Amino acid sequence: MATVTYDKATRLYPGGDKPAVDALDLHIEDGEFLVLVGPSGCGKSTSLRMLAGLEDVNGGRILIGDRDVTTVPPKDRDIAMVFQNYALYPHMTVADNMGFALKIAGTPKDEIKRRVQEAAKILDLEDYLARKPKALSGGQRQRVAMGRAIVRQPQVFLMDEPLSNLDAKLRVQTRTQIASLQRRLGVTTVYVTHDQVEAMTMGDRVAVLKDGILQQVDTPRRMYDHPNNVFVAGFIGSPAMNLLTLPVTEGGVLFGDSIHPVERAALAATGKNITLGVRPEDMELAEHGLPVSVDVVEELGADAYIYGTLRQGESDMPVIARVDGRQPPAKGSTVHFQPKRGHVHLFDDNSGLRIETTA
Amino acid sequence: MSTTTPPVSAGTSPKAPAIPAGTLARKKLSKPWASLAAIVLAVLWTIPTFGLLVSSFRPERAIKTTGWWTFFSDPQVTLANYEKVLASEGANALFPYFVNSFIIVIPAVVIPMTLATLASYAIAWIDFKGRDVLFVAIFALQIVPIQVTLIPLLTLFVDLGIAGEFASMWLAHSTFALPLAIFLLHNFMREIPRELIEAARVDGAGHVKILFSVLLPLLAPALAAFGIFQFLWVWNDLLVGLVFGGSENRPITVALSNLAGTRGTAWHLLSAGAFVSIIVPLVVFLSLQRYFVKGLLAGGLKG
Repeated sequence: MATVTYDKATRLYPGGDKPAVDALDLHIEDGEFLVLVGPSGCGKSTSLRMLAGLEDVNGGRILIGDRDVTTVPPKDRDIAMVFQNYALYPHMTVADNMGFALKIAGTPKDEIKRRVQEAAKILDLEDYLARKPKALSGGQRQRVAMGRAIVRQPQVFLMDEPLSNLDAKLRVQTRTQIASLQRRLGVTTVYVTHDQVEAMTMGDRVAVLKDGILQQVDTPRRMYDHPNNVFVAGFIGSPAMNLLTLPVTEGGVLFGDSIHPVERAALAATGKNITLGVRPEDMELAEHGLPVSVDVVEELGADAYIYGTLRQGESDMPVIARVDGRQPPAKGSTVHFQPKRGHVHLFDDNSGLRIETTA
Repeated sequence: MSTTTPPVSAGTSPKAPAIPAGTLARKKLSKPWASLAAIVLAVLWTIPTFGLLVSSFRPERAIKTTGWWTFFSDPQVTLANYEKVLASEGANALFPYFVNSFIIVIPAVVIPMTLATLASYAIAWIDFKGRDVLFVAIFALQIVPIQVTLIPLLTLFVDLGIAGEFASMWLAHSTFALPLAIFLLHNFMREIPRELIEAARVDGAGHVKILFSVLLPLLAPALAAFGIFQFLWVWNDLLVGLVFGGSENRPITVALSNLAGTRGTAWHLLSAGAFVSIIVPLVVFLSLQRYFVKGLLAGGLKG
């Protein structure tokens, strides 16, 4: 077990002028499950591959424990990786696939057999040890890929979107299995995904990347309640947070025909407009407030989601709100919304950074 | 049944040609007259070989006086030709040259196969400077005709003192085979998904281990294909054997051509000798063709 530290780690692909990963500073605790999340092309997989040693580090350092592994080849890093497409050796049986790393390391045969058996038992693969990967289902292949990592008993697990090739139901099931397995084994894990639901449900902490730059690292709860900037606010949570550009007035933000009070100090830094974020579940139907014309009503039983448009001046802004599922507003009608007190996020209209308020 | 569907205009519906080209081709090619043409071609192609086979069993006198087709009106069968050809002693014995051919062919297949595997791994998966230039340069060597290289090579072998030895033929055949072998194996290696190699690297494998434990088993079809080609090429080769082979270590092809050649008068043995020489490539082809199986990569990766 070990900690992992990215110290200003940078990766610049040859021929590119913008780094794929730009001065990443990240410290992962011993035994922690850290999820790297972001839209495609944000550098999350590159960051993971840098830690694996499959990608050169052009600047900064990477440490596993106290050991600087920046220039150490992958085979000497004591890490195990689960690939998105599993990368099982097609000509080997499941047992051979799982024991390959141990065999290379020169582990005695009976020891290999014992550890493969152990891992197979954990992953429910005991009946398939003699099979070749092509005779397995997608979910079983995924478990073999996990098994190959577990057998190693490495210092760090690296997982590169290991669930993205499974169907929706299996993905949810496997998600919890991986998370609980990681807690049980207590191995430091770095997990890459583009799915923010996976990130929120699996990670001890979540790191959001965009364009190679780390946006925020926090626990899922804190990430949800306290996004550091507009990007994180919009990326975490489903349906996404409403991010509305609203005019600032005396004493607060103009929220339709009412004023959402904001302390003066917080408004001092910003200009004429401010970006106000409210999660769909924090929107409340009211007499006054933002006038929203309802475009679509999604009834989910207990709840209903309203997809509407806020017409303000010349610009239209999409608005999503959660309302009571039993009596949702009709499609085409215009309703008014007020944000719940204390659940409003304010961001600077220009920089996109969070403006701290006491409310 | 309802009859409300409008009747389709017979035959020339505009939607008809929406059949994939492959299906269309298969349909056209499997028409009876096409099959007939194929059969006629096959028969025409096989007749000379068949005649050779018949001749090889006829007595010397019959071969030298009448054509093989007279066999059907006046069947005379003998194994004397084969006995002479397969004898290890005697003026026209081909057996020693048969053995020579094996001595030439096996290293001439193994050497380029080994070198090409190593070279193509390096070119495909090791990042070094000038890699692409090197690859193009190697493949460009294909352009050089063999005939151009014969005299320089011979001079080189004389200088090295191996002219006329088996080694000269091994080297010559290997040299001529390498560009194509490297090109072929390189392309196969590139097709193996990068993740497999990365997984092996993370699992602790070095280059040697990756090549031998992960890649080679997956390359079996490519190696078999190249092995068969190279075997047939070297076995049937006359030019290299004629130029580089000494009198004692000529391959069977050279010995065969000498039977009917300038000083030879034993051309009645030609057909029997040719059949002995055909047997080996036939066996090699049939025994290795099972490696031409698809789907060796199946299952390792999703999708």
